[in-house]
Amino acid sequence: MEIIVQYGPWFIGLALLFGLYMTWGVGANDLANAMGTSVGAGALTVRQAIIIAAVFEFAGAVLAGGSVTSTIRKGIIEPSGLEANPEYLVYGMLAALLSAGFWLMIASQRGWPVSTTHSIVGALVGFGIVGIGVDSVNWGKIVSIVISWVASPMLGGFLAYMFMQSIRKLILNNPDPFEAAKKWGPYYIFLVGFVISLVTITKGLKHLDIDISMINGFLMSVLVGVITALAGGYLLRRAQRDLEAEKDYRFASVEKVFAPMMIFTACAMAFAHGSNDVANGIGPLAAIVSTVNSGGAILQESTLPIWILLVGGLGIVTGLVTMGYRVMRTIGKKITELTPTRGFCAELAAASTVVIASGTGLPVSTTHILVGAVMGVGLARGIGALDLRMIGKIVASWIITLPIAGVVAALLFFLFKGIFGG
Amino acid sequence: MKTTNPLGRLFGPNPFSLLKEHMRVALSCAEELPALFEALLKGDQSEVIRRKDNIFAFEQDADDIHKKVRQHLPRTFLLPVNRRDLLDLLEMQDKIADVTQDVAGLLVERQMTVPDGIKEHILPFVEECVKVCRYGATIVEELDELLETGFSGPEAESVSAMIDTLNEMEDVSDERGMDIARALFNYEDQMNPVSVIFWHRLIEWIGDTADYSEAVGNRLRLMIASK
Repeated sequence: MEIIVQYGPWFIGLALLFGLYMTWGVGANDLANAMGTSVGAGALTVRQAIIIAAVFEFAGAVLAGGSVTSTIRKGIIEPSGLEANPEYLVYGMLAALLSAGFWLMIASQRGWPVSTTHSIVGALVGFGIVGIGVDSVNWGKIVSIVISWVASPMLGGFLAYMFMQSIRKLILNNPDPFEAAKKWGPYYIFLVGFVISLVTITKGLKHLDIDISMINGFLMSVLVGVITALAGGYLLRRAQRDLEAEKDYRFASVEKVFAPMMIFTACAMAFAHGSNDVANGIGPLAAIVSTVNSGGAILQESTLPIWILLVGGLGIVTGLVTMGYRVMRTIGKKITELTPTRGFCAELAAASTVVIASGTGLPVSTTHILVGAVMGVGLARGIGALDLRMIGKIVASWIITLPIAGVVAALLFFLFKGIFGG
Repeated sequence: MKTTNPLGRLFGPNPFSLLKEHMRVALSCAEELPALFEALLKGDQSEVIRRKDNIFAFEQDADDIHKKVRQHLPRTFLLPVNRRDLLDLLEMQDKIADVTQDVAGLLVERQMTVPDGIKEHILPFVEECVKVCRYGATIVEELDELLETGFSGPEAESVSAMIDTLNEMEDVSDERGMDIARALFNYEDQMNPVSVIFWHRLIEWIGDTADYSEAVGNRLRLMIASK
């Protein structure tokens, strides 16, 4: 108790510092990965991607990020064992932030496909086991989280597969694919708006104390979907047929229709990413802030202050603008395979999956889900060559990340314990 | 620069783009044949050699592309078609270039001239075979569209119809081949017996360009049919 009172401002300062470091890393890496798909498909310039990302990542964090942030903040570590030493929670959260941020920095220098989400969860489990005791970890939650890490890329793949098949049936197999694309495009754009708002409204807004009934939520989502579809329809009508390009490639004009459609999925990706990944940085921050502010009482029910979500959003966007710029530019050259039709399927599938996970409070890896979605398109025989070894590398990255993040977090926990006492 | 993004390393080079490029080069080999034989008929030896050099250069390019495809297609890649089918297709395309090279090489090394008995048959025959190659190349150009539609649906059906047409065209080139062979056999008593054998071989090889083009079409048919 006394330690909390004595060092409170220090803890909050450190928490802000480490939290911003973490979210900055998320923005520079993770978000750049997510937006890079649209940039690579030629749907957006890097500058446009940054603007979209800034707006929608923020929106996703504030409007839909509450559930996952709650999970990170109080769903993984059972703080009941900490009644006597609440400062341990602070040390652990600081350790988790620093450990995850550090691991992310190392991995991105080496080009390992690790996930920020896995790092934070691994770090928290590590601190929990070592700092408090094996029983302090909410193993039930951990099991469902790990299951979601396997299931979410698969769901992304499944959805992408279905979207690709539907595009083939409705558009590509049509005698006039260009006209079919302009006709059906708005319906797909409706889906983008509808799914994102449905999950957000029904699940995500609770922490803002906005309670909307299922039916109203559904209707509002339909409305949002229709508005986005109309906006999309307007953009699509301006798309012009390129007869020259069609001589080489029959579907060149269809791709020209899908490129503006990817603007919408880019917004959805940024929103989804914000809803799930902002929690990685600010979940621990929120835990520390609430513990310090309550003078050491480990509160379970306190609501999430909005300013924390805003801090998170700011950190991510800063990371994106400073370093993510380069990442987005480079990734475009390597994914020329992802033409707008395929990129659209993958992004819509990934964004939907992430938003569903966010709605259920499950922290998942946006990047790995996107990989799953691309695999789904590949399984639909839509991609020239996919390196399946990447799956192995991703699984390997899981296996390394969890223990390393856990061990480092445990070590840092003891470091903080040594510095601040307790 | 290195990042944590697995997407950058998820995609292998598109084998279908390479296949299309390879077929274009193989076709370039075959396209030299009519001009080669025209020069041969005129007795323009320097032009014959020039055309032969072109063919050799194109064949080398084809080999390079072939190697590139083989190097970038490990078994761990997920492909929309059977890997073996894809490699067989490439092999057939390569044989078009190889056999054209054999024709040009033999003509120059043995300093052959067209026997009188087949002079009026040779150009129509060569032209008919190159037509088959050209149409085969047009079909290979459809690989991009096939990929987009998942090797099924109306696109696959139209490519199937194109392959049927290719089969018919190859039948026609076969008949021209029999015509010229018949002419050769009618004339053989007036020729050096060794020349007869070599000209028969040349006729066979020229016919092979059309045969291999048909085989390309048939491999494509396998790719479409197998899913």
